Amino acid sequence: MKFGVVVFPGSNCDEDMVYVLQDILGQEVERLWHKERDLKGADFIVLPGGFSYGDYLRSGAIARFSPIMEDVIAHANKGGYLIGVCNGFQVLTEANLVPGALLHNTNRKFICQNTFLLPQSATALPTKGLDPKVPLKIPIAHGEGNYFADDQTLMEMDDNDQVLFRYCNEAGKINEDTNPNGSVENIAGVMNKNGNVFGMMPHPERASDLDLGNTDGRQIFESILTGLLEKA
Amino acid sequence: MSTTAALEIATLEQAQEMGLTPEEFDHISQILGRTPNFTEMCVYSVMWSEHCSYKNSIKWLKTLPKDGPHMLVKAGEENAGLVDIGDGLACAFKIESHNHPSAIEPYQGAATGVGGINRDIFTMGARPIAQLNSLRFGSLDHPRTKWLLEGVVKGIGDYGNAFGIPVVGGEVFFDESYQVNPLVNAMSAGIMKSDQMISATAAGPGNPVYIVGSATGKDGIQGASFASKDITEDSANDLPSVQVGDPFQEKLLLEATLELGNTDAVVGMQDMGAAGITCSTSEMSAAGEVGMDIQLDKVPLRQDDMKPFEILLSESQERMLVVVEKGKEQIVEDIFEKWDLNAENIGVVTDTGIIRYYMHDELVSEIPAESLVLGGGAPIYEREYKEPAYFAEGQKFTIDQVEEPKDVVIVARQMLSNPNIASKKWVAEQYDSMVGTANMGTNRPSDAAVVNIKGTNKAISLTVDCNARYVNNDPEKGTMIAVAEAARNIVCSGGEPSAITNCLNFGNPYNPEVYWQFVGAIKGMSAACERFKTPVTGGNVSFYNQTAKEDGSASPVFPTPTIGMLGVLKDKSTHTTLDFKYKGDLIFLMGESQNDINSSEYLASIHGIKHSPAPHFDMEEEVAIQNCVKALIKENFINAAHDISDGGLFVAMLEMGLPNGLGFDIVSDSEVRKDAFLFGESQSRVILTVTEDYEEQFLDLVGEHNVPVTLLGHVTQGKVVVDDDHFGFVKDLRGLYENTLGDIMSK
Repeated sequence: MKFGVVVFPGSNCDEDMVYVLQDILGQEVERLWHKERDLKGADFIVLPGGFSYGDYLRSGAIARFSPIMEDVIAHANKGGYLIGVCNGFQVLTEANLVPGALLHNTNRKFICQNTFLLPQSATALPTKGLDPKVPLKIPIAHGEGNYFADDQTLMEMDDNDQVLFRYCNEAGKINEDTNPNGSVENIAGVMNKNGNVFGMMPHPERASDLDLGNTDGRQIFESILTGLLEKA
Repeated sequence: MSTTAALEIATLEQAQEMGLTPEEFDHISQILGRTPNFTEMCVYSVMWSEHCSYKNSIKWLKTLPKDGPHMLVKAGEENAGLVDIGDGLACAFKIESHNHPSAIEPYQGAATGVGGINRDIFTMGARPIAQLNSLRFGSLDHPRTKWLLEGVVKGIGDYGNAFGIPVVGGEVFFDESYQVNPLVNAMSAGIMKSDQMISATAAGPGNPVYIVGSATGKDGIQGASFASKDITEDSANDLPSVQVGDPFQEKLLLEATLELGNTDAVVGMQDMGAAGITCSTSEMSAAGEVGMDIQLDKVPLRQDDMKPFEILLSESQERMLVVVEKGKEQIVEDIFEKWDLNAENIGVVTDTGIIRYYMHDELVSEIPAESLVLGGGAPIYEREYKEPAYFAEGQKFTIDQVEEPKDVVIVARQMLSNPNIASKKWVAEQYDSMVGTANMGTNRPSDAAVVNIKGTNKAISLTVDCNARYVNNDPEKGTMIAVAEAARNIVCSGGEPSAITNCLNFGNPYNPEVYWQFVGAIKGMSAACERFKTPVTGGNVSFYNQTAKEDGSASPVFPTPTIGMLGVLKDKSTHTTLDFKYKGDLIFLMGESQNDINSSEYLASIHGIKHSPAPHFDMEEEVAIQNCVKALIKENFINAAHDISDGGLFVAMLEMGLPNGLGFDIVSDSEVRKDAFLFGESQSRVILTVTEDYEEQFLDLVGEHNVPVTLLGHVTQGKVVVDDDHFGFVKDLRGLYENTLGDIMSK
């Protein structure tokens, strides 16, 4: 298994992602430059956080048109694995690779804080190895993380077990008070219908290093790695 | 204006309009052996402005201690100081003000302040890993203060969040003296291999000179001169002097610059901050004792009708000047092409020592580089100073002049909902504090920020500190306290204080009473930095922070010498946190309770008394306590350490309880008044918690250090009790403490 981390101009969580995958989890990782059209044999593509192309139009709106994205989209359409975190999730929604859209936080401010997430999907690669009753402490850092989808889409996602995480509190309670940004139904992460493309606003790579006193995010990566081994 | 106008002989009136004095204008003519033309006069006016020349401060700045065993680059030698942190690594760090731009355009003013300080770090070849900021505003009762706070915080956030460097610490303080003129001080720290520093020096006649990064526009023209005068009601007319920031370009410039640093193509590099092309070309030339011939028409422009003086003085952001080794131009051009940035060859290094600017092959300015710069021909002034009357008046204050409050529980609640004491969460959460995955304080808060150096066993510790009320009441002692508190914060976090950077925010230096504050601050800083062995690595001076009133008088801001301190944790496992860990842990006070409420937030806000002596401070007491805390951390005898500062002991203890929702049950000291015990801010005190099993070893070690220690009580499940008086539960007090600022801002 080889991971490919895409580097857009303005990506700023790319090296954090590489550090966790390579130095902490011991995986093979390639950096994929946005101007190139080569996935370098990566099986699992990661779109990292940051402000791709400055995010001046709308978060993620320009990145989807970069040369590398043509290959990334083709990879996903062939069933290849792809995850977007934060800005990467925004790029995925702009490219219609996952359902829904990401709007401005309801308080119109950038929010950086630890949040708690309750794993939802029993079948998704990033969550199936997790205990659905145990909240994970994973930080968010975004101005446009307010997830929105219409009722029809929400219903379909529920039917297909496509919701990955919902924001909750330390005790696992999911309600309005535990919703940091106004996301519909407290949704923090979703996947596509095929189950090969994943997007989430919280940053698991920021909660994976023992030196930082929180390794809850590592469990998400481990769920992915274990799931991939089972499939292999 | 045509090129001909650029060559017209300057007049004294023009010179004065641009901030030069008649004496300075004469001096320029003497240097050149002729009267300068308009363009040359513009060049001198910015280079000899206070902001670039330090003409009214350099005499005293030279008295600060600059040398230490770990200094690789000393103050004034390069864009920022450089400190050896071991393992072949060095830390470049610096703090700078962006006060005047922020006063009239808070969003862009603060944003470009962040951009500028980070460029100072990465132009040396260091990758920034942490930012801090120190902000001061007027009273929040005023709607304009909310507008300023909102704009400054959003500006810092939008720029820094996109640039991708975490804000790991800072301070926010409110006082009426900053009503019109807020202070925005931004600090950045970066890490590099010690032997890979890029110098801000030009060398090698014949080497090409490049401008890289953004195109040059008309923004920020004469920003340096704008920053060198008083803020008045007409200041909004200076709006074109405020620069516009683009964090996306800065991020690209960072990556391209660091990639360039890994090649052997660069001779020297300097970022373009104040006075843009003028300052970078003249400072780099003067440093290398060379000259430059620069073709201004080759500079990539945003507008096509720019005059020579506009191109020279533009403070457009995200630009650098690079001297490239001849023959290696392609390396540079390829890297900047990769990052989609301009890299334009605009001139050549010469052996003349003269800076010549050309427009379409016509010489528009010809000036000896050395005559423009600090340490060269720029003027140096001695200013007179005089003790203001308020100082002696304030010294007369004694605690007996205020009555002890009958109900300290009510006072405690008032203190927690005071914006100077309450949590700054509303501010901090708008900044990305975690990008880079190195902030060790996210889940383990400590007095100073602690930032992991990945791939090593080390971490660095950073803090910004200055209680300007203390400095106003006693500049010398107040500044000593600022340095001591910074060191105490580093020590309580498990680090060893290493060096400081300073940002000296004062009023008009031509006011002898303001200058007296400045001189006192420098003396206090020198004494403290000598004692803590923390040399001054650089920083900046910001004068003219005051409001000119209609009657012609001016009221200066509190003198605010902000201290940014760097510390090193050789072993990151010594990182010590401030939170109460376990119910039942013993709570000790190290240092002595004093019957002292001098200069405290309590005295200022509850009793409305602004002038009093600085709080009790004794340098040797402070050093002894810090040494003892270091020893206790080394032996792993303590569970938490937190220093007592603004708001006093009660606030410090509550801050320790909040992270884990734990309370405290303590007894006060019968020798001192209860308000002094709870809210006094006498210095050199630290709260420590100890597991009962370690009590004996703890006391033995403290005994060896011969410092005073008192058992105050123990950690509780959540109840807050002092002398059997119930102050409420931590979870209730949390609301008061954490929501105050947000509630005020949303009103």
